[in-house]
Amino acid sequence: MTSLPIPGQKKLGLVIDLDVCVGCHACATACKEWNSGGHSAPLPDFNPYGADAYGVWFNRIHSFEEGTSGEDGGGDARTVHFPRSCLHCEEPACVTVCPTGASYKRAEDGIVLVNADICIGCKLCSWACPYGAREFDEDEGVMKKCTLCIDRIYNDNIAEAERLPACVMVCPTSARHFGDLGDPNSAVSEMVAARGGKDLMPELGYRPVNKYLPPRRQTTAARPSPAPPVPPPLAAGDNKLLRWVDRLLSR
Amino acid sequence: MAGSSPAKGIRAAMHPALSIVFFTTASGCGFALLALIGIAVPLGLLPQSAGFGFAALAVATVLAVAGLASSMLHLGRPERAWRAFSQWKTSWLSREGVLSVLTFVPAAVFGLGWLVFGNTGGLVGLCGILAAVMAAGTIYCTGMIYASLKPIRQWNNGWVVPNYFALGLMGGLLLLNLIVRFWMPWPIAIPVLVLIVIAAAWGLKERYWRFIDITAAPSNVASATGLGRRGKVRMLEPPNTEENYLLKEMGFRIARKHRLRLRLIARLTGFLVPMLATLASLFTPVGLIAAAVAVLSAALGLVIERWLFFAEAKHTVMLYYGAEIV
Repeated sequence: MTSLPIPGQKKLGLVIDLDVCVGCHACATACKEWNSGGHSAPLPDFNPYGADAYGVWFNRIHSFEEGTSGEDGGGDARTVHFPRSCLHCEEPACVTVCPTGASYKRAEDGIVLVNADICIGCKLCSWACPYGAREFDEDEGVMKKCTLCIDRIYNDNIAEAERLPACVMVCPTSARHFGDLGDPNSAVSEMVAARGGKDLMPELGYRPVNKYLPPRRQTTAARPSPAPPVPPPLAAGDNKLLRWVDRLLSR
Repeated sequence: MAGSSPAKGIRAAMHPALSIVFFTTASGCGFALLALIGIAVPLGLLPQSAGFGFAALAVATVLAVAGLASSMLHLGRPERAWRAFSQWKTSWLSREGVLSVLTFVPAAVFGLGWLVFGNTGGLVGLCGILAAVMAAGTIYCTGMIYASLKPIRQWNNGWVVPNYFALGLMGGLLLLNLIVRFWMPWPIAIPVLVLIVIAAAWGLKERYWRFIDITAAPSNVASATGLGRRGKVRMLEPPNTEENYLLKEMGFRIARKHRLRLRLIARLTGFLVPMLATLASLFTPVGLIAAAVAVLSAALGLVIERWLFFAEAKHTVMLYYGAEIV
């Protein structure tokens, strides 16, 4: 049903720390790997070995520059790597525009999913999503999207510590955090409160559940520090052995 | 990504799928023609002959059905299209589907009553008027499919639905002005009405173009990334070197020069030529030919106008791919 459910208490989502993301694309690859066999499998690649290969990915990692660089290499510009995936919005227009009921938002945890068995592939949901979270599977003729690894987070067959989205599990810098953003006392909610977590395009009113932690303000720009004192040249002094070595090498 | 093609401008616009361009133009004109006949015939404003009825209803139905069928070509799974009738509570696309099909129920009663029983009054006439109202509702839904999409500011505004109405009505009236001539030797009121509607549609289209040219985009790359505390935000690297679905669907690029030239061609073929031809159609010796020229020219103009409606519509997702504003 594309009518939105009465909002529940639980709002599962991601918090992405732009201060520590190094842009390694591990989340994108781990996501592709898991979801190629997961709930929305397959994630097809089209012409994978040809000149213009492309495919369906639920995570894409962009790089931005924030601030401006001076000509002398100074300035406070900084590179920010920006992982982009479904934000599991509280007002997901991708769900309400769906003419078939294939797109839906779960009442119990807020996860937005596609039922590929009834999707007609009209692509309207992808037009309605400001964030580009949905990608079309040309092989099956249906729309695909991030499932928040619904087949991991509730999976009794894997160790409890691994019941996390694949992108969160794999991140080598812990830039991605998973949790209940509907609970103000959860670790992710506290992180958002402490770091001033942001909604993307709040002006459109989609009320994303996922939050982005902006890069930390650096207290000072890297200042030139005085060069360490140059150690004095090795003085041969009175040491006979060193005097001999010196003579030998100076020859 | 920007700069990889000789065409200037950032990839940011909606890809104009020909199936959708044809769907919105053809079904818009078809439903508008149906609405015009459904109202004017029961009121006795048009010829009551079965021949005229057959021709006009056939043209209206063929255009409406061909447009709807064309929209099915756009689907990844056309065999499941029937499922689109289920979500009318929230989805304008679903509402459009439901209403477009339901319109044919009173339209069929009206058509049968008129063509088989030669009756255009009473219940048959009421069905005609009902079909007209529902056909207008269908056009409204078509416009709202686009007008309800917040990520695209060129669509998410109050000018889109009036434009769909005016352009559909213009197309329907131009067709009527042509068809009616085989049964009505010298129509005056219809071509005069056509002239008024073309002027109105032209004005609305100009207002629409002006609106999208001067309004500021609510979203920019800073709001899309939550960055900007340090200053200007710009894309350094896209996430992938090849194409992807988003770039194919929403990363259409059209040069400003071409855009303006196409607007000019749309103005000429869509409005000016049909206006002059309709004016000429007021004079009987050239009436039929002029009305036909008006229809053909407007058809070309509407297709260009609708193509531009997509090619000028910028999607916010392209803020992540190098567009600074959309």
